Amino acid sequence: MVQTEYYVALSAVLFALGGIGVLTRRSAIMLFLSIELMLNAANLAIVAYARQWSAAGAQHALDGQAAVFIVLAIAAAEVAVGLGILVAIFRNRVSTDVDELSEVRA
Amino acid sequence: MNDLVQLASLAPLLALAGAVINGLFGRNLKGNAPGIIASLAVAAGFVLSLIAFFGVRAGGAVRVNFGDFLVAGDFKIGLGFHFDQLSVLMMLIITGVGLLIHIYSIGYMHGDDGISRYFAQLNLFVAAMLVLVMADSFPLMFVGWEGVGVCSFLLIGFWYRDLANASAGRKAFIVNRVGDFGFLLAMFLTYKAFGTLDIQAVNAAAPSLAYGAAILTGIGLLYLLAAAGKSAQLPLHTWLPDAMAGPTPVSALIHAATMVTAGVYLIARTGGIFANAPGAAATVVWVAVLTALMAAIVAIGQTDIKKILAWSTISQVGFMVAAVGAGAYWAGIFHVLTHAFFKALLFLGAGSVIHALGGEQDVRKMGGLGRKMRVTGTTSLIATLAIAGVPFLSGYFSKDAILGALLTSMPLGNYGGQILFVLLMLTAGITAFYMFRWYYLVFAGEPRSKAEFERAHESPAVMTVPLSILAVGSVVIGYVGLPAFLAPNAIQEWLAPVMAHVDFEHLSTSAEWLLLIGSVVVAAAGLGLGYWVYALGSGALAKRLGNTPLASASRGAFGFDRLYRSLFTEPGEGLAEGVASLDRDVVDRGMTGLTGVVPLLGRLIVLLQSGYVRAYAFAMVLGVLALAVAAALIGVFA
Repeated sequence: MVQTEYYVALSAVLFALGGIGVLTRRSAIMLFLSIELMLNAANLAIVAYARQWSAAGAQHALDGQAAVFIVLAIAAAEVAVGLGILVAIFRNRVSTDVDELSEVRA
Repeated sequence: MNDLVQLASLAPLLALAGAVINGLFGRNLKGNAPGIIASLAVAAGFVLSLIAFFGVRAGGAVRVNFGDFLVAGDFKIGLGFHFDQLSVLMMLIITGVGLLIHIYSIGYMHGDDGISRYFAQLNLFVAAMLVLVMADSFPLMFVGWEGVGVCSFLLIGFWYRDLANASAGRKAFIVNRVGDFGFLLAMFLTYKAFGTLDIQAVNAAAPSLAYGAAILTGIGLLYLLAAAGKSAQLPLHTWLPDAMAGPTPVSALIHAATMVTAGVYLIARTGGIFANAPGAAATVVWVAVLTALMAAIVAIGQTDIKKILAWSTISQVGFMVAAVGAGAYWAGIFHVLTHAFFKALLFLGAGSVIHALGGEQDVRKMGGLGRKMRVTGTTSLIATLAIAGVPFLSGYFSKDAILGALLTSMPLGNYGGQILFVLLMLTAGITAFYMFRWYYLVFAGEPRSKAEFERAHESPAVMTVPLSILAVGSVVIGYVGLPAFLAPNAIQEWLAPVMAHVDFEHLSTSAEWLLLIGSVVVAAAGLGLGYWVYALGSGALAKRLGNTPLASASRGAFGFDRLYRSLFTEPGEGLAEGVASLDRDVVDRGMTGLTGVVPLLGRLIVLLQSGYVRAYAFAMVLGVLALAVAAALIGVFA
């Protein structure tokens, strides 16, 4: 069995990649992708720990798995709403550059 | 009989009802209706007082208890009235003289816009004054005490649109507060010393403390302070001359006949304390005699028809306070009674003159008015002679009783009783002098102002009838207190059962006669001197006397107002100005400065708000990293 540490390390790398993507990218699409990457990095860490608990025969071994489903559902909802907004913005501006969305700056 | 006496408990309630009717529905009452309602309320009170008087005469003192007034743990004060010889006599004075003044007011205040307000406040005053004299405990007495103070304040400032009247009312109220403060402290000390605030119980318990005990002296001095405030004695007398700003019947009722005698009543009521605290009692007499002398001198120099009478009132109340201080409680109350008649009459006479002259109050513009106003002139002459101490009129007997008491009071003997006697005798002479001046300048001689003289006319019957009744009273009321060596002294015997006992030296009959003749001589000297200066001297002598330092001190009322101004008013105003400038220059400026800082801070914070989502996200990541590092450092993950 692969050791949990590796999963967690991979998860951290993915999370960092996602974070860097969020910080550096301008396109809203790429931002979404990066955020999805971060969410799934977190999911990976959760299922890794859940696997470890179940191997140890813990009582609530499946809780982590269940939590991941909730995260997936929320991510899906978020993408649905977010993409809807994105389409609306694109229709108005013919661009998805988030740096241009700064009208409310003082 | 007992039940009938208890009925008199309704008297203050009736007056209160009159006040409520006039106060709430006065706007809808037309013409003389407010005055008639108020007069009826007081008339009913007078009838009840008469019933109480005869009831007490037949069956002695009656006490009525309506329940608890104040309960706090062990501390308990009943709500009740005490009808005894002293309180029913005061009730008769209040409602009797009060009734005449109410009736007179119907004429005097005719056509005034605020007539229902006037009668509401006058009724309220009567109610409060009745509570004051009927109360069986100090706190309930204090309720009446404060009530009359409020009514005095309201009625002095009755014509409040004139700022001077309003501030005169305020002055009376504030100066009285000093005395009220003394009353409160006296109650605290009384409770500490006796464990009760029931007046009868305190009087009964006072002799059980050591004669002249320090706590009794302390209580006495504090009650003296209270009395000095209400009765306008030194050093709290300055409010009374200003109180003349109120309508003249108010001056007659509140500031001559009843309220200003509350201090006399207080000392007589707490006689048990003063009889056992000779030091406090002697202080009372000294204060009173000096007040009487000072005020009599000031009265000579005044030119306002009412202010002369106001200073005269201060002086006469000094006589009463001197009597109760000397332990001759009956003589003090006797002078309250006679003074209520002749001083109310003098004020109402003055009011009649002011009414006739359309508001003129300067005696220098009057003269000769007796020829045009026969009733007012004649009744005022009777009152003048009564107050001056002319034999066989009321003031003669009561003043003589007071002078005799000062001379023979045993406790006072160690504190300069004879000096006090001489000073008060001198004051009696000055009284005759300034009262002659008052009468002569107003009613006799040649008119000094043709226009005013032409305008003068006699007042309507609703005003002259009360004048006549009071004049009759001023003549005959003195016969209730004839010198005891000549005839039975009705008022002394009447009050004897309820008054604390003080020892007096017994004067021989020849000494008594000497005293009687002495006061006649003094009164004659005062009147004669007045005649010489004002009637014969044709003004030249008066003018020459007017240039002496004493005369200018008299005109300036010995500078008390100026002294209090620079001692209290001006520092007070300075303090207020200081606080105001602190508020304006420090607090307000500081706040304004702070509002200047907030936008600056805002502008700094705006710099952080770039509007770039990435920047915010970066700040978030930095924050999470910082938290993680901090958590690692303090060992959360260990």
